[in-house]
Amino acid sequence: MTTTHHQTEELVLKGIPASPGIAIGPVLLFEKHKPVIQEKNIEVGEVEREIARLRQAVDRSTRELSKIYEFTKEKLGEHQGKIFEAQLMILEDFVLFESIDKRIQSERKNVEFIVHDEIEKYHRVMASSMDEYTRDRALDVEDLRNRILRNLQEEKLISRLEGSPVIVAQSLAAADALILSRNAVLAYLTEIGGVTSHMALLTRALKIPAVVGVRNVSTMVHNGDTIIVDGYGGAVILAPKDETIRRFEEKRDRYVSFEEKLHGLRDLPAETLDGRRVELSANVELMEELEFVKLQGADGVGLYRSEALLLGGEVFPSEEEQYQNYRLLADTMYPKPVIIRTFDIGGDKMMAHMVRENNPFLGWRGIRVMLDRPELFLDQLRAILRAGVRKNVSVMFPMVSSIKEVRKAKQLLEDAKGDLRTKAIAYDENIKVGVMIEVPAAAVITEDLAREVSFLSIGTNDLIQYLLAVDRGNDIVSPLYQEFHPAVVRFLRRIIERGKSGKVWVGMCGEMAGDPLATILLLGLGLDEFSVVPHVLPEIKKIIRSVKYRDAKKIAKQVLEMQTEDEIKKHLSSLIKEKLPDVLTGD
Amino acid sequence: MIEKEVTVRNRAGLHTRPAASLVKLAAKYKSDFIISKDGFEINGKSIIGVMTLAAEQGSVLRLRFTGEDEEAAAMAILELFDRAFDEPT
Repeated sequence: MTTTHHQTEELVLKGIPASPGIAIGPVLLFEKHKPVIQEKNIEVGEVEREIARLRQAVDRSTRELSKIYEFTKEKLGEHQGKIFEAQLMILEDFVLFESIDKRIQSERKNVEFIVHDEIEKYHRVMASSMDEYTRDRALDVEDLRNRILRNLQEEKLISRLEGSPVIVAQSLAAADALILSRNAVLAYLTEIGGVTSHMALLTRALKIPAVVGVRNVSTMVHNGDTIIVDGYGGAVILAPKDETIRRFEEKRDRYVSFEEKLHGLRDLPAETLDGRRVELSANVELMEELEFVKLQGADGVGLYRSEALLLGGEVFPSEEEQYQNYRLLADTMYPKPVIIRTFDIGGDKMMAHMVRENNPFLGWRGIRVMLDRPELFLDQLRAILRAGVRKNVSVMFPMVSSIKEVRKAKQLLEDAKGDLRTKAIAYDENIKVGVMIEVPAAAVITEDLAREVSFLSIGTNDLIQYLLAVDRGNDIVSPLYQEFHPAVVRFLRRIIERGKSGKVWVGMCGEMAGDPLATILLLGLGLDEFSVVPHVLPEIKKIIRSVKYRDAKKIAKQVLEMQTEDEIKKHLSSLIKEKLPDVLTGD
Repeated sequence: MIEKEVTVRNRAGLHTRPAASLVKLAAKYKSDFIISKDGFEINGKSIIGVMTLAAEQGSVLRLRFTGEDEEAAAMAILELFDRAFDEPT
C-alpha cells in the first residue's frame, strides 16, 4: 500500500536528469491501463452485438496505431516506425479474428474474455520462445491485446490533452511518451527509468525535458498542481513559491535563448578561432539515438558501446545479429566515422551472474574477458570487420593494461580476417585499431601502445577512479572523485603528449569530454577528439569555436601549475564566465 | 492434399516482413495452408500464427495445402521460400 501525501509546502526532490530543459506547469497524472478481464456468459441475442463491439475496437486500435506509426516515422525515421508495423499487421489477421468470432458464437462468452484468451495462446508460446526476437514480439502482442481490450472498454487514451501539462507517471513506455508528445507536453517526470531507457532517448530526440527516477512522486501530487521540472540538474519542485517560479522562469528563458544560438552551429566545424580543428563526436548506445546524433551535428560516433547489445539477453548475440546491428550503425552515419568498442563487460556492467568477484572493478572485465573467450571475441571481430566494408568503421579495445593484451587482440583480429577471406565474405582489410586508456598502467605505457595502434581514447571515468583510488559509486568517498584533481590533469597531459609524439591521435570518450568546464583545458592539452553525450554537443562546439588554441594552451599551462582541484575549477569557471557568459556550467 | 518440407534460408529468419509476404501470398489461394514445426501447427494465413513459429535461418518447416487450388498455392509458396523472401541468405 502506498500512502498518498499531498504536498502543499514547497519541496525539492532530486531525480536523474534524462532530457535537458526546464518546464513549469500543471501536473497531469498518467496511469498505464491494465485491463481487468471478467468472464461473463452472454445470451444468443447478444452475440451479434459483441462481435460488432469487437469490430469497432479493432478499427479504433488500427486508427490509433496508424497515427503512432506515421508520427514515429516522421519524427524519428522509418526504422523506429517498424516497431508498430507488426502490431498493425496483426490487426488485419482475419484468421485470428474469425476464430475469435466463432468462439464468441459457440462458447457464448463476452468478447473481452475471448479476445484475451485467444491472443494469450499465441502470446504464451512467443513469450517462452528460445528466440530473443520472438520474445520481443511477445511484448508487442501483449501491448496490442491491451490496446484492443482498452478500446473495448471504450476508454480513450489521453492523446488529446487539455492545455500544456507536465506528465507525471510511475513509468512510461516509449510509445506512450510518443503519443502524448503529439500534444503540447511540457515535460515528463517518472518514478522509474534510467537515462538510457528508450523513453529517455525519445524525450531527448523530441526535445522535451524529462527527469526520471523520482521515487513516489506520483503519490505526492494531484492533477493541476503546479510543478517545476529541471531536466538539466534533475531537480523537481513541488508546490513552488512564487519566488522560486520566477527564478526558474528566468533560468528557462536564459537556456532557451542560448539553445537558439547553439542551433546555428550545427553545420559548422568544431574549430578554434585560430583554426585548430578537432573532432567532436558522440557516444552512442542505442540505434535510436542516431537520428538525434546527426541532428546535433556530430562529426561521427566516437564510442559505440557494443555491450548494449547484451542487455536483457542471456546469450551473446550471434555474429550475424551483431553484423546487422553494426552495419546499420555504420550505414546510418556514413560517410562519417564510427568507432565500435568491443564488449566492455564486467566491473559494474552486465553479466554479473557469470562470476562473483570480491572486487569486480579490479577483476575480470573488458578485454580480459574477451581474450579468455576467443570464440565470442572472434564472432564480434568478424561482425565489426564486415560492417566496415564501406571503410568508416574502427575497432577499439577497452580496459587494456599491457602490450601483450593488445598484441593478442590484434592477432585475433587477423584470425577473424583470415576466416572471412576463406569464406570470401567482404570486410575492411585495413580497419583502424585503437585502445582505451583507462587503466593507469596503460597511461604509463602510452608511447608503447601508440606504436601498436592508430588511435587512443581516454576513458576518464575509470581512469580517474583508478588513479585516485576512489569508487564513484561509494557515497562515503565519492566527493574525493575529482575530475580536476591536479594529478588527473597532469596525467592527461602526459597521455596526450606521449600519444601524439607517437603519431597517433588522442581522443577522450569519458564524461569529462562533455563537461563544459573542461573543454578549454582539454583543447589546450592538445586533445584531438572529444566524444560526448549527444545532448551537450552544441554547447561544447560553441566553447571550442569561441577560443583561440593559442590561449587554450596558455591556460592549460597555468592549470598544470595549480595544486588543488578548487583552484583549478575556480580558474576555469571564471574563464568560462568571462568569455562565454551564456554557457551553462551547472549551478 | 500436398505436403512439402522447406528450409528457411534467409539470414534473419521468418521475422515480420517475410512472415507478412508469406501470409499475403497464401491469402490469394482458397486452399487451407498449414505450417508445422517440431510438431507445432499453425494456420499459414495468420500472421500472429507465423510469428509464433520463431522460425530462424535453417529451420525446417512442413507445409500442407488442402483445397481446389492446392497445386498452384504450393507452387507459389515454395517459390517464395526458394527465393529466401528476397532477403540476404
